[in-house]
Amino acid sequence: MRVGLVCPYAWDVPGGVQQHVGDLAEALMGMGHHVSVLAPVGGTGADLPDHLVPAGRPVPVPYNGSVARVSFGPRTAARVRRWIGEGAFDVLHIHEPSAPSVSLLSCWAADGPMVATFHTSNTRSRAMAAGSAALRSAMEKINARVAVSESARRTLVEHLGGDAVLIPNGVAVHRFADADPLPGWPGDGGSIAFLGRLDEPRKGLATLVEAFALLAPSRPGLRLLVAGPGDPGPTLASVPEDLRRRVVLSGRLGDADKARAYHSADIFCAPNLGGESFGIVLTEAMSAGAAIVASDIPAFSAVLEGGAAGELFRAGDAAHLAERAAGLLDDPERRARLGGAARRAVRAYDWRTVAAEVVHVYETVLAWDGPDRATRGVRLDTGPRATALLRRGVG
Amino acid sequence: MVAAAVLALMAAGFYLSWRATRLDRLHHRVETARAALDAALLRRGSAVLDLVSADGLPADRARALADAATAARRAPEGERELAESALSRELRSVLGPLRATAHLRDHLTEVAGAARGVQLARTFHNDAVVDTRRARRSRLVRVLRLAGTAPLPDFFEIDDEPPAPPTGSDTL
Repeated sequence: MRVGLVCPYAWDVPGGVQQHVGDLAEALMGMGHHVSVLAPVGGTGADLPDHLVPAGRPVPVPYNGSVARVSFGPRTAARVRRWIGEGAFDVLHIHEPSAPSVSLLSCWAADGPMVATFHTSNTRSRAMAAGSAALRSAMEKINARVAVSESARRTLVEHLGGDAVLIPNGVAVHRFADADPLPGWPGDGGSIAFLGRLDEPRKGLATLVEAFALLAPSRPGLRLLVAGPGDPGPTLASVPEDLRRRVVLSGRLGDADKARAYHSADIFCAPNLGGESFGIVLTEAMSAGAAIVASDIPAFSAVLEGGAAGELFRAGDAAHLAERAAGLLDDPERRARLGGAARRAVRAYDWRTVAAEVVHVYETVLAWDGPDRATRGVRLDTGPRATALLRRGVG
Repeated sequence: MVAAAVLALMAAGFYLSWRATRLDRLHHRVETARAALDAALLRRGSAVLDLVSADGLPADRARALADAATAARRAPEGERELAESALSRELRSVLGPLRATAHLRDHLTEVAGAARGVQLARTFHNDAVVDTRRARRSRLVRVLRLAGTAPLPDFFEIDDEPPAPPTGSDTL
């Protein structure tokens, strides 16, 4: 199958949608499909993958409460049309189709089988609300709508009506499955790892630090590995002076070191307080077969199968976290069992599984596409036809 | 004066054909989605009959499944939704507690995939129906009869909840 993927945000800036499109492209190619990705690219574009087609230079615009780097305008539109005209795609898969970028331009420019994936789960998405009438002419061409989470689905239904099928984000399990621990880890005295932004309260580092302060005095060898960007100052201020040196900050980690971090501690902790719709960090740790202690927010409880694939503690309750962590630190056998259960549970979220679902959507859309070769597949929209005024008269 | 009138007429004509093209495309979308849905339902029915004939289910359960699948396939237009829903329920009650044997695994995987396919196709079909019905409510479309005699598309409402994934097959 020839698939054209459209990513609205600048390829060279890290982001959830870019990551999703990149991983999906890789998984689809692994299944033997032909994939081309269209995305805005800034900078020099030195190390772009072969299947990536630059759509123009991105410009920063405020969108959905943050700054998105998008491409728009006549030159980008011309590139979009050329890509669609020359691609000979069986299906076009547009991500975040309402984003004022190559996504929306592709909706307008193309005709034929179209699938769209909605990522935004902002209930006050002003761009979507304000433009819903204007966007309709683009949105109504889409044959199949997919949402990555229940909240993304709800946002889409509120603003555009209709419905969407749910296909979650995938995790590239193979990327995290095997890695050596970081040098000097996990050590003999027990260790706990955390990964995420340090200065975002809802990531819950404060709860973990408090639990560590409860555990550390009676466990002289216990260490805490804190990996991620952000200013640790305010959160670590509550750690007693004599325990401070047992909290190791690694700063932001590259992809390879991130995979190693999941293998570096006896326990991996995800203490988030809420606001997570899925928990990509959690599924990465599960791919590594880590023994996990996570807060019992609904998203985590679902991914960890209600506690079968990792221990759950009451979100925000440091004493409860300390109790759960202590139990695991003292029981290596149970840690191994939980790690194995986590590896099994995460298979449902493996990109290979998720991409197979996406292909099922493509097949459903293509099941009845065009009676002959000439009208099959994605082609350029040729604009209004006067004959359309007559055709329905007899249909 | 004449030039302005001609220009206005051309603009109106362009706008109307744009609206008509959109409406035409929406009807086409509903038709292809409906065809895809019929194909998905047919695939599910065949998968169920294949499973039954593979021999390995308890006799009474096999008979109930076969009856439900046959009834769904033969149901006249007005009763299809009920018959397909009944098949969905039958599938859940038979396959839910079942442990997959090696002998049945391929058939069960096919049934599960086909059941998911019904869910996908039905969502996309009903989504297309929503968009088309909304477009046809517009005053311009109604007054100028841009939809012509094309029938107003109907939703396809069934219970399409697929059976739980078969147990005993998690060792790939």
